[in-house]
Amino acid sequence: MPPIIEIDHLSKQYAGGTRALDDVSLSIEQGEILALLGPNGAGKTTLISIICGLVVPTGGTVRVGGHDIRTDWRAARKLIGLVPQEISLEPFETVANSVRFTRGLYGEGPDEAYLEQLLRSLALWDKRDAPCRALSGGMKRRVLIAKALSHRPKVLFLDEPTAGVDVHLRREMWTVVSDLRASGVTIILTTHYLEEAEEMADRIGVIDKGHLMLVRPTAELMGEFGRKQLTVELDAPLDALPQGWADRGITLSPDGRRLGYDYDARAERTGIGRLLADLNAQGIGVRDVATTQSSLEEVFMSLLENGAEARR
Amino acid sequence: MNWQSVSMIYRHEMARFFRTIWQSLASPVLSTVLYFVVFGAAIGGRIESVEGIPYAAFIVPGLMMLTVLQQSVSNASFGIYFPKFSGTIYEYLVAPTGWAEVTLGFVGAAASKAILIAVIILVTSFFFVGVHIVHPLWMLAFLALTATAFALLGFVIGLWAKNFEQLQIVPMMVITPLVFLGGAFYSASMLPPFWEQVAKLNPVLYLVSGFRWSFFGLADVPVGVSLMAVGLMIVVLLAAIRWIFLTGWRLRD
Repeated sequence: MPPIIEIDHLSKQYAGGTRALDDVSLSIEQGEILALLGPNGAGKTTLISIICGLVVPTGGTVRVGGHDIRTDWRAARKLIGLVPQEISLEPFETVANSVRFTRGLYGEGPDEAYLEQLLRSLALWDKRDAPCRALSGGMKRRVLIAKALSHRPKVLFLDEPTAGVDVHLRREMWTVVSDLRASGVTIILTTHYLEEAEEMADRIGVIDKGHLMLVRPTAELMGEFGRKQLTVELDAPLDALPQGWADRGITLSPDGRRLGYDYDARAERTGIGRLLADLNAQGIGVRDVATTQSSLEEVFMSLLENGAEARR
Repeated sequence: MNWQSVSMIYRHEMARFFRTIWQSLASPVLSTVLYFVVFGAAIGGRIESVEGIPYAAFIVPGLMMLTVLQQSVSNASFGIYFPKFSGTIYEYLVAPTGWAEVTLGFVGAAASKAILIAVIILVTSFFFVGVHIVHPLWMLAFLALTATAFALLGFVIGLWAKNFEQLQIVPMMVITPLVFLGGAFYSASMLPPFWEQVAKLNPVLYLVSGFRWSFFGLADVPVGVSLMAVGLMIVVLLAAIRWIFLTGWRLRD
């Protein structure tokens, strides 16, 4: 199956000279969830805005469903739905009319059955006659999603979908996105919340200063860049580490009850076997063993630092 | 051409008008009644006639033009400015809808509202004076063309405006003076020769003149020139709107 979005050597330089995107190439497969990560001003929103038609690129091409976004823009845009970062709704319009309006802009006639299905799926049916200004923040975000899905797009862009919402609403939004993916919609989201990308995305793209630094499957990225820590809970507290253990990166907690050991999960020899053997040899009893993986945030920071070094 | 989107934008704008129908109609009708009382009865009573037409009847086309110009400009400018203000303008820019569809929807609705109010003012005037329309079809044509031309002007103002002050300033500082100096309440031939020539630099004079001709068969300038003036205005404004959408000036980052 051909990619739903093909981005080829895309660049954008604003009139003031700011280079927001620099030679970005990327293919996005149908039905996947791609998360674009990056600090503020990295170029995430510019990339989305170009694909959706809000910003004109200065170089390169983008094809959506095989349609060039500049020469065949009507066909390309029909395939796209956009949920913007800001909550932008006509305050006096009702939820249902607002969704009907967006559907009309995409050249689609009324379809009340689909409207009901859509609003029910987003838990908005009971609010269909309420003016948008009367809704809570979470509901307004769901109205934006309903509007973006009103014409049954194949690709949905979510620009910072959970920015400024509380933990409960964020979880709720993740469920909505998960349901959308199940219905076959390709989803591209930008986020500051690394936990969000880790939780939802099939692949993660990292952008910094207009450069797409990498795009990898989430699990592969975590496996490749993620370090793990082994925590060993001891039967009895130790006064001090046996000689030479500190040189191997083994640490002892202040209360002497836990050993910590950082290791590279990809390495051929992790050193775990040796540590367990040494514990046994020293007669140190083990109550429990646990491993934790470094967060995507740490992975992300490590990538940005490496990228900055490479550019220097 | 995405006709569905034209229809949706048009109906959306008209729905806003009908939601506040009484406010929309009360103000222009009340103003017109006051004009008739002040100019038609109080002052007009001391003026026997203008070019053989009773003064109260003579000002009817001018009053209609005044309302059409004000309403078409304000409705179109607010119509496109409000999505910019509320941030919903992105919807028009990401949809498979071109500049022509967006313009047709907004300008069509603004012109329709202005025409509807003008017709109500005409009906109101029948309660005060006897008005016989010599060329009713031309009257409707001038009404439609003028409403369209000034709705296009309002649309450009709405695209240009960065705040509500800018939205108000052009209609207040430019449109209203041009209408008052454009022969709404007098004939340009009543002016001294020099000022008559100066008045002919005012584009609104051509619209009022053509419109008054459709009512009474009398005009300050040839009807063909009036038609050319309004046609030229429409073409220039359409070109400006097309340029704004294609370049994204004041629309896209």
